[in-house]
Amino acid sequence: MRSIVPVLTVVAGIIAIWYGAAIVMNQQWTRDQAERAGVELQLSDIVVDTLSQERPKLPVPHQVAAELWKTTVEKKITSKRSLIYHGWITLSATLLGFAIGTGAGILLAVGIVHNRAMDMSVMPWAIASQTIPILAIAPMIIVVLNSVGVQGLIPKAIISAYLSFFPVVVGMVKGLRSPDAMQLDLLKTYGANKGQSFWKLRLPSSMPYLFTSLKVGIAASLVGAIVGELPTGAIRGLGARMLSGSYYGQTIQIWSALIAAAVLAALLVGIVGLIQRITLKRMGMTR
Amino acid sequence: MTWLIFALVFWALAFFANVRIANSGHSTALWARLFVPVLFGVTILVVWEGVVRGLGVPSVILPPPSAIWAQITQSVPTLWMDFVQTFIKGALTGYLMGCGAAFAVAVLIDRSPFLQRGLLPVGNFIAALPIIGTAPILVMWFGFDWHSKAAVVVVMVFFPMLVNTVQGLAASDTMQRDLMKTYSASYWQTLLKLRLPAAMPFVFNGLKISTTLALIGAIVAEFFGSPIKGMGFRISTEVGRLGLDMVWAEIAVAAVAGSAFYGLVAAIEKGVTFWHPSQRS
Repeated sequence: MRSIVPVLTVVAGIIAIWYGAAIVMNQQWTRDQAERAGVELQLSDIVVDTLSQERPKLPVPHQVAAELWKTTVEKKITSKRSLIYHGWITLSATLLGFAIGTGAGILLAVGIVHNRAMDMSVMPWAIASQTIPILAIAPMIIVVLNSVGVQGLIPKAIISAYLSFFPVVVGMVKGLRSPDAMQLDLLKTYGANKGQSFWKLRLPSSMPYLFTSLKVGIAASLVGAIVGELPTGAIRGLGARMLSGSYYGQTIQIWSALIAAAVLAALLVGIVGLIQRITLKRMGMTR
Repeated sequence: MTWLIFALVFWALAFFANVRIANSGHSTALWARLFVPVLFGVTILVVWEGVVRGLGVPSVILPPPSAIWAQITQSVPTLWMDFVQTFIKGALTGYLMGCGAAFAVAVLIDRSPFLQRGLLPVGNFIAALPIIGTAPILVMWFGFDWHSKAAVVVVMVFFPMLVNTVQGLAASDTMQRDLMKTYSASYWQTLLKLRLPAAMPFVFNGLKISTTLALIGAIVAEFFGSPIKGMGFRISTEVGRLGLDMVWAEIAVAAVAGSAFYGLVAAIEKGVTFWHPSQRS
């Protein structure tokens, strides 16, 4: 709890820098307008104007907050201009993809741990694939699936699944291997078979590793779903809001979509973290 | 049909060979540890080629590897131009600036425990956010050329690098710092001779994470607008024209560049942190 004051100070500092940057970056437009109108500007005029422009280069926090309020609370959820509606589109793709990716990742990890041939063939590629900018194939997946008639939720979910897949594989393999030789020997003296030592030793001791990679995975899933909305000119979802905002110069709209995505990411990571704390506590793993 | 059968036979043989090698006594030998994954990769390519040709999959859905390779050899100048635009100008410049800035900030805030306690949670929080979303904003600010891509990369790599460096600077233990104090070493001497070297494993962890982020940032930022060159630009326009072999060629280049970049940083790490337990085995 003692870190609350420093954190608040830093956040306040960031907001102050934000306002300062907005004044500096938006003043060009204000000066141009004033010059055209032939008006002499005082410093206070510039400050007031830069903080309330319609299409500023950098919208200030209160403008973004107002836009967020307008598009979440005041609009109906079913409206095309509601951020909750767009957020839900993105969230559903994220969650579906995350479920597919984690499920497949855990299965592959179990296979890798129990089969030496699979370990030797797949593991180097799984590790190497983390250094590859996988996100670059997102547009191709969307268009190819589109040309075979699959649209909407599924292509985005596949990108999300793909992004969350590899972190889960690598983390889970590490976790399933984490019991040390002494523990494995103990189970052998009990005459436990492979299945028993998996359910009673390997799986429980892999939980901390699993949750760590789940946190990485769900953040990656969200990024995948957002990027998946960019290339096809999608009209729904947070990524689509950003894209249309950047086409029409609606900076406030981009920023509010960005903040919404950030809040969504924080919520998702927070929920996974909460499940992690509860699970590990019940398993007696927290200090 | 012969293609399909050939692919299946090759897959069965390779599978058999890999299982045999993995379960034999040679499985810990260096050649086996290299041969098995390589054979696995080759098998995927052969099966891909065989299935695509055997089933007559149209190349607008999935081109065979041979067509992709032909495209790569044909369009080396284009690929090179895109590589320079995206990787050298966009990703690499942004990477150096972002990591350098994060490192400098970490060393500066290291003197103030107050700032550390405040910045670490905020930095961790921001590092988990979809920062890639700032790409449209930065493209608006810095224009379509590589400057905006470098800016996206700076923003993307800054926080992971900052968090790792700050953690690393705290890595030396009290005993070692006390020893420096008994030598009456100044702050800067302690920093240069003890704490920075001790921080290197963490710093390189941040640098390695950032290599992938840098390439992703530079490519995705090009989806929001770019001059008529660059890997992200080529991918998005060729996808629109259904020139999928060119898209795959770009992806191959991106994959090789990403792995090589990561490998380079890992090699430097090996040289710098030779003393660390994880490097000695």
